[in-house]
Amino acid sequence: MAPLSHIRRHFSDRFGDHLSDICYRLPADPRFFQIAVLSGLLAYGGASGAFEIDPYVIAAVFGAAIATQFLGAVLNATRFEVRSAAITSLSLLLLLRADAPIIMAGAAAIAIGSKFLIRLYDKHVFNPANAGIVALLIISNVAEPGSSLSGVAWTTPGQWGTALWLAALLAGLGVFVTSRAARLDAPLAFFAVFAALAIARALWLGDPLAIPVNRLQNGALVLFAFFMLSDPKTTPDGSRARIVFAGLIAVLSHWLIFHQFVSDGMFYALFAACALRPIFDAVATAPRYAWPQQRRRALSRDGPPTAYPAE
Amino acid sequence: MPHAPTRRRRKIALAAASALAILSAAGGAAAFCGFYVAKADTKLFNKASKVVLMRDGDRTVITMANDYQGPLEDFAIVVPVPVVLEEGQINVADNALIDHLDAYTAPRLVEYFDEDPCAARRFDDRVMSMAAPAAEAEVLRKKNSLGVTVEAEYTVGEYDIQILSAEESGGLVEWLTTNGYKIPDGAESVLGSYIKQGTKFFVAKVNLDAQADTGLAYLRPLQMAFESPKFILPIRLGMANADDEGDGRQELFVFALTRTGRVETTNYRTVKLPTGSDVPLFVKDEFGDFYKSMFDAQTKKENGKAVFLEYAWDMAWCDPCAADPLSQEELRKLGVYWLPGGGDRGADRRIMPGPAQDVFVTRLHVSYNAETFPEDLMFKETGDRSNFQGRYVLRHPYEGEASCAAADDYRASLPKRFEREAQTLANLTDWDVNAIRDKMNDKGQTFETPKPTPWWRRLWDNDQDENG
Repeated sequence: MAPLSHIRRHFSDRFGDHLSDICYRLPADPRFFQIAVLSGLLAYGGASGAFEIDPYVIAAVFGAAIATQFLGAVLNATRFEVRSAAITSLSLLLLLRADAPIIMAGAAAIAIGSKFLIRLYDKHVFNPANAGIVALLIISNVAEPGSSLSGVAWTTPGQWGTALWLAALLAGLGVFVTSRAARLDAPLAFFAVFAALAIARALWLGDPLAIPVNRLQNGALVLFAFFMLSDPKTTPDGSRARIVFAGLIAVLSHWLIFHQFVSDGMFYALFAACALRPIFDAVATAPRYAWPQQRRRALSRDGPPTAYPAE
Repeated sequence: MPHAPTRRRRKIALAAASALAILSAAGGAAAFCGFYVAKADTKLFNKASKVVLMRDGDRTVITMANDYQGPLEDFAIVVPVPVVLEEGQINVADNALIDHLDAYTAPRLVEYFDEDPCAARRFDDRVMSMAAPAAEAEVLRKKNSLGVTVEAEYTVGEYDIQILSAEESGGLVEWLTTNGYKIPDGAESVLGSYIKQGTKFFVAKVNLDAQADTGLAYLRPLQMAFESPKFILPIRLGMANADDEGDGRQELFVFALTRTGRVETTNYRTVKLPTGSDVPLFVKDEFGDFYKSMFDAQTKKENGKAVFLEYAWDMAWCDPCAADPLSQEELRKLGVYWLPGGGDRGADRRIMPGPAQDVFVTRLHVSYNAETFPEDLMFKETGDRSNFQGRYVLRHPYEGEASCAAADDYRASLPKRFEREAQTLANLTDWDVNAIRDKMNDKGQTFETPKPTPWWRRLWDNDQDENG
């Protein structure tokens, strides 16, 4: 009894408001929905054979992500935040493949590490999961053929069946609707531009529309738009800037996929756009996004919040 | 622009004119990459195509098997290619290479014999293999006019080859049509799409004299080597004339040879074929039918929209082997340039000495039509080096004398096991489970629970096998 209450008190001291957030404000933070939905997609994808799920890989990714997050929090004397690390882990598990758990762990460490190491104006520059994916893809492709790093990680853009695609699409929309999150504009703008370009290309070539439709029914693309591109922390804060940002990513993705034949071009496109994002924020200033929990803390502790979401 | 092409053009026209007598009567036939241009009543339908793709970075070598069966003068092929090829980039290979690769990667049936339930373990593992349904043919021939430029022409082996570029599809179609070819209706828009994407057209027909010199009764596979960021296999032309014939399904086998790992499609799902199942003994006599039925059933299960992985393995070995791995020389002939033995070392690419073969082979099998596969197949190489094979297992019950207590249990367990095998087979192939049971009965796999040995049989050690 005594040790237990001791532990409880200890945790309460350390993570008190974190736990109370989880307990009392569960529906308010869109990240809970995201975690639930991504976990569901992972389970469904594994069960339906769209991809293989290795428990060791899952453990490695979560372990590395949470450890890196913890380390970053300690070194930066900031609060330890597990939700974003979980979302990053799930995104990596859904979108990146590697044989060795250590490689996936490396991707997770790079992803989370980038949040703490690559910052500009007190904001991280790259989308964490995207940074992890792009870093690993570059290492895989640049490594000498036959060497141990050559081809260590890869994406599987074609491996989502239509059912999974539909599930991801509905889930993505669902997350936004249920959480009333503000930033549906980014994924929708991305989709609109990407689809318009694919269809325009087909019309110009005289191809049947079945071709762009086949390309758009891609689970990886949906996941990318709704669960990666939509990240409020790494999209511009202004609504108009965000739409331009998403449109730019769509154009770049189209060019990479259809003209440079890079099947996972959207990841590189987001990476490049994130590098330019500080410019967007500089040109179109808007209040910075804060997760609902951060807003409340700001309210309850520090008086009036210094930052509100854009809308 | 005006002069050189004009001269070349005239030359082509003359060459074509001399062949016209033959060609005018000709149909033609296209395989996966091309299209049949057969006469309306010619039922030379391409059943299955086999293509070997070596890919490393942008370097690509395509080897197209040629199972064309019709009159040689009718043979003609049109293949979209990303670049104009020089003569040295085109080659003619031996059928044996593809046959060997086919055999090495073929789905396999293995058999095990149950050990004597009363004795120490015996072990037997035999392999039978079967080249999956294969076949194929190819295609057509040409000449020159409206906006069509003959970029180059060569005779390689038994083939007369031209590389064409065109300004618009109408001109290309007319150019082909005036040479006596019947172009399917659907082809023009597909050709137009390729033209706008800057694609060139590799056109080949048989040079009858050169063919006679080979002394062979068949056409050998054509090979092309080029560099391109596009890792695709053009299948759209081959489907252009397929629409009016049933569901127009065509079979294609792709054998990819890579350095890093397994190859998969990026614009369609790649699905592993069910493997490792125990199946009834009679499947041994009809493995071909079994395989075809299973493939059809699995294709249906995926709504016809999947590419199936049939084999993925390091070329250095196999287990069990349906055929020996290919030799380095064979692999080099199929385009694996990084293996020792010649030419292409150095420059921009460093070659690791590497263990064993340093070649990974992927066998993909797809049954497609224009509806389920509207777009060309696009591939990517993954880093996945895990081994996969289509493997089906026969388990022969022990048939010798055995009368210990364990033997009763063993025999009693057999009907359940047979039933499982029947269900498995029915699931895999969509065959009727009752028909399967009947066939199993005929093969001695009976579903009746045997009567246990009377207790007194073993009393005085005069046991007999009553279950023979």
